Amino acid sequence: MQSEGRQVVIPGQVLGEIPAFRPGRGTFVENKKILAEKLGVLNIQDKFIHIIALKGRYDPVVGDFVIGVVQEASTSNWMVDINAPYPALLHVHEVPWDIEFGDTEKYLNTGDTILAKVLSVDESKKLQITLMDRNLFKLKGGHLIEFEPSVYRRIMGKKYSMIEIIQKYTRCRIKVGKNGRIWIDGDADGIERVLAAISMIEREAITFGLTDRIEEFLKKDAKDVR
Amino acid sequence: MKSDIELINSEGKRLDGRSPQDLRKIKIEAGVLHRADGSCYLEWGGNKVLAAVYGPREAVPRHTQNPLRAIVQARYNMAAFSVEDRKRPGPDRRSVEISKVISEALEKIVLTDQFPRASIDVNIEVLDAEAGTRCAGLTAAGVALVDAGIPMRDIPVACAAGKINNKVVLDLGKEEDNYGDADLPIAISPRTGEVLLLQMDGHLTFDEFNQAFDLAVKGCYTVSELQKNAIMQKYQSVAEEVQE
Repeated sequence: MQSEGRQVVIPGQVLGEIPAFRPGRGTFVENKKILAEKLGVLNIQDKFIHIIALKGRYDPVVGDFVIGVVQEASTSNWMVDINAPYPALLHVHEVPWDIEFGDTEKYLNTGDTILAKVLSVDESKKLQITLMDRNLFKLKGGHLIEFEPSVYRRIMGKKYSMIEIIQKYTRCRIKVGKNGRIWIDGDADGIERVLAAISMIEREAITFGLTDRIEEFLKKDAKDVR
Repeated sequence: MKSDIELINSEGKRLDGRSPQDLRKIKIEAGVLHRADGSCYLEWGGNKVLAAVYGPREAVPRHTQNPLRAIVQARYNMAAFSVEDRKRPGPDRRSVEISKVISEALEKIVLTDQFPRASIDVNIEVLDAEAGTRCAGLTAAGVALVDAGIPMRDIPVACAAGKINNKVVLDLGKEEDNYGDADLPIAISPRTGEVLLLQMDGHLTFDEFNQAFDLAVKGCYTVSELQKNAIMQKYQSVAEEVQE
């Protein structure tokens, strides 16, 4: 592994030739050459060239856990903003409550926050989400903040190590959506420290040894650790 | 417009001391705005341009959506204080045309089929103008699109060439544009050399056109390197900052 950070690539940059390597995420092929399609860092995993995006909108994938904000309640469904280029549909059959026709507003209304799962994405990118699973529910109270969706993996850390460290030192309830939204519930001081940690991760997302630096940072002014 | 202004002196130097193949001074900075998804500030001689990118997001109104791909909507606008006297604010014939040609140039370079029904909005604001604002605007828009993480084939770049005092020169300045014989702004995809935009104002012979075109392409490659450096500087520096 390189010692000094990762290699940043820009659109149109040639990354490799076809027989030696194979095109992965964030790349396209032209004249047997593999090229980067967006700004990101290079990641080569057994012959596959991937690009981990540094910036960009959330691209919904079936099965992702996302945090949505209800935009509109209709008689049989809700339109939910999940930070994707398109609004997502939540049908009454996809919620755990038994809802009478036209009673949608009693359960979820404009501005409510939900932890949901992406149910389907069709070829014209029409989205459906669901609340019918364990651990999916309406989020009451708390704070909602947004981050760059591409640093989701860094915020979670290897085997959730990063998010566990943040929870341990700040004593906050945290839910992270893959769509670049974090919901935090806790005391004001804790929330402030979560915010500081998140912005530090965002800024230094392409560096190595980030988890250790975050732990050090949070340890400094931690009052009571569980 | 005919005049007796000597745009090139006897030593072959232009009004601002450049030789015919010189560009004006260019400064590019990526990611300057926090509210936009991507942004770029660019200074090109006396031009000051700010570009901001939003999206991809659902295109509104509905009838503008394309069910197969995203649309790119560029909006070129000159600030009231960008020129001598005062420019009447709002879109006029000229800025509507420039918005259209820039939108079409960018649409060819963005991988629009990844975002059906969506719109990618590019706002180009000219804060200070000194000839060649459409090239400056398109160059800034290219960097802003990269900064927004939008998938594209290449980073578009633009540059102009022209003819003054019967000589083909690169990158016209204000007086050269006003009193010169022709202006030829082009935009290319530097990796493949494809032409994304080509306009001409004035008269050139066939040979002069080819000469001016080659010169402008050469200028584009120089500017392209500056674009790449600006992006790298913004994102590679983070890694180095933490290492020390």
